[in-house]
Amino acid sequence: MTAPSRTYGEYGGRYVPETLIPALDELEQGWRDALGDPAFGTEIDELGRSYGGRPTPLTVAERFVPGKRIYLKREDLLHTGAHKLNNALGQAVLARRLGKRRIVAETGAGQHGVATATVCARFGFDCVVYMGAEDMRRQAPNVERMGLLGADVRPVEFGTKTLKEATSEAIRDWITNAETTHYLIGSCVGPAPYPEIVRELQAVIGREAREQLLAATGRLPEVAIACVGGGSNAIGLFAGFIDDGDVRLVGVEAAGAASLGTGRAGVLHGSRSSLLADDDGQVLDAHSISAGLDYPGVGPQHAFLRDSGRAEYVGASDEEAVAAFKRLAETEGIIPALEPSHALAKVLELDEELILVCLSGRGDKDLAEVLGR
Amino acid sequence: MRKLAIYLMCGERTPELAEAAVEGGADLIELGFPFSDPLADGPVIRRAGEKALAEGMRTRECLECLSATRARVDVPLIPMTYASLLEAYGYDRFAADAQAAGATSLIVADLPVDTEPGLRRVQLVAPTSTDDRLTLAAERTDGWLYLVTLTGTTGAREDLSPALAGLVERARNATDVPLYAGFGISTPEQARAAAELVDGIVVGSRAVEVAAEGPAPLRDYVDSLRGALDTAVPF
Repeated sequence: MTAPSRTYGEYGGRYVPETLIPALDELEQGWRDALGDPAFGTEIDELGRSYGGRPTPLTVAERFVPGKRIYLKREDLLHTGAHKLNNALGQAVLARRLGKRRIVAETGAGQHGVATATVCARFGFDCVVYMGAEDMRRQAPNVERMGLLGADVRPVEFGTKTLKEATSEAIRDWITNAETTHYLIGSCVGPAPYPEIVRELQAVIGREAREQLLAATGRLPEVAIACVGGGSNAIGLFAGFIDDGDVRLVGVEAAGAASLGTGRAGVLHGSRSSLLADDDGQVLDAHSISAGLDYPGVGPQHAFLRDSGRAEYVGASDEEAVAAFKRLAETEGIIPALEPSHALAKVLELDEELILVCLSGRGDKDLAEVLGR
Repeated sequence: MRKLAIYLMCGERTPELAEAAVEGGADLIELGFPFSDPLADGPVIRRAGEKALAEGMRTRECLECLSATRARVDVPLIPMTYASLLEAYGYDRFAADAQAAGATSLIVADLPVDTEPGLRRVQLVAPTSTDDRLTLAAERTDGWLYLVTLTGTTGAREDLSPALAGLVERARNATDVPLYAGFGISTPEQARAAAELVDGIVVGSRAVEVAAEGPAPLRDYVDSLRGALDTAVPF
């Protein structure tokens, strides 16, 4: 009974209470209809251009690592300062097509919450964002932005008080309100068809980067590298190169939240994937200086790419990320978010010379954290 | 006679509490195996789960609790949990070990009817379930069909969900298997109202709350539910 889009090898699927199945079926049907309607793609492209600021530049960084040509895909220059808007815009259009009036979302670092609040303001939806109380403390500027944009930000006070619990609360809200509400998930995680939807909406990153790099150098990159929390900017970047066997795909996790590196197969938030869990199947706390990577799960397609060998996943420590953050600022005049700083940290260890990095967000939100250390 | 199912979280006192519930008139006991991220549960069961995890209740300890409960009561015992625990333990191994410990069946809250169809279990359906899925769930269910009364999580509500009657009618059209209703049933009045529609009811969050006060209060509470069920007008 499994439809082709629902699994990535043994990963993916729909592990949710039966109550949610009709909502997922409605979403799947709406998504298929949208994909078959040229007006959907046209509207998304137009919004990306005139509202988001696409295409984002591809910036060559020649001082970050002398001797290497590093191309930064500048999702930090997208409106709201991170790649999250690509997904939020697309899902907002989808929600409107489905006739929903209310949006619910989870957020970790706050970037997805801000992107969601942004599109809700633009489209006139009611907006509820669940955020862990600990994350609200360490990403206060984003909390303020969401409020100004008209979102109702609800703190989640139990468990680890981070993204994991915020996601559970958003899903519980959706279970209760599915008729009126679209769940605007922030990464390529969750029950089918969410991982596919988010990948397709973020694939613009990889598509543009590919064209831009070919135009600039005449070549494809030797390596495409990105940070991985839930995995959406990475899957978006990778989507441009999956079928190019000579392009190495590298995902960088936070060492303390290495769901792919040190995790095991398990079920969290509606899909089977690789997660940080104990022998009993209880989900463990993730630890990262960056709220956006502080998630014990990961998108099921990444688990499949790892197992099939198409992509490799490595970990970077808090210290390595902070050092890379400062290095990019001082050598290229760009302040990255702490999340992509993990990818930048591993660039230093690569043998290849032509490297494409997804700079998934800007670092304004992280100044207090970095300067406070 | 309507069946009364009581849900208890696995813990040190659970066998004793299960015995008290059966003395009060429970016909079936559901035993919660706690999970760190219970999507389908509201605050009461979630907190009970956190407490159980803090006390070290993992699958092995929960199976021991199940055995100890089986030694004390004769009614059906049904572990209720989430897929992650079965993933870690192995689906077949979990089912086999639970059965060996005295389980009658299993309920897994985040397995909809077409996910992991090989695992024999009590299936859940909701007011949002389509007729096709109701039929499929009824065909696959182990013994009885669990009607979730409302679109939402576990937890007491003020009134019995108005969505139940419609769900019951559709389920009766789809199947002859016994129908038990659960989620949001906490008072004797709600129990009686639900019992007039279905073959049995499940009480979870409120039972967990009362169980925290001890076996005697739990027995009295279950007795009040039993009394209400026995005066329900037969349909």
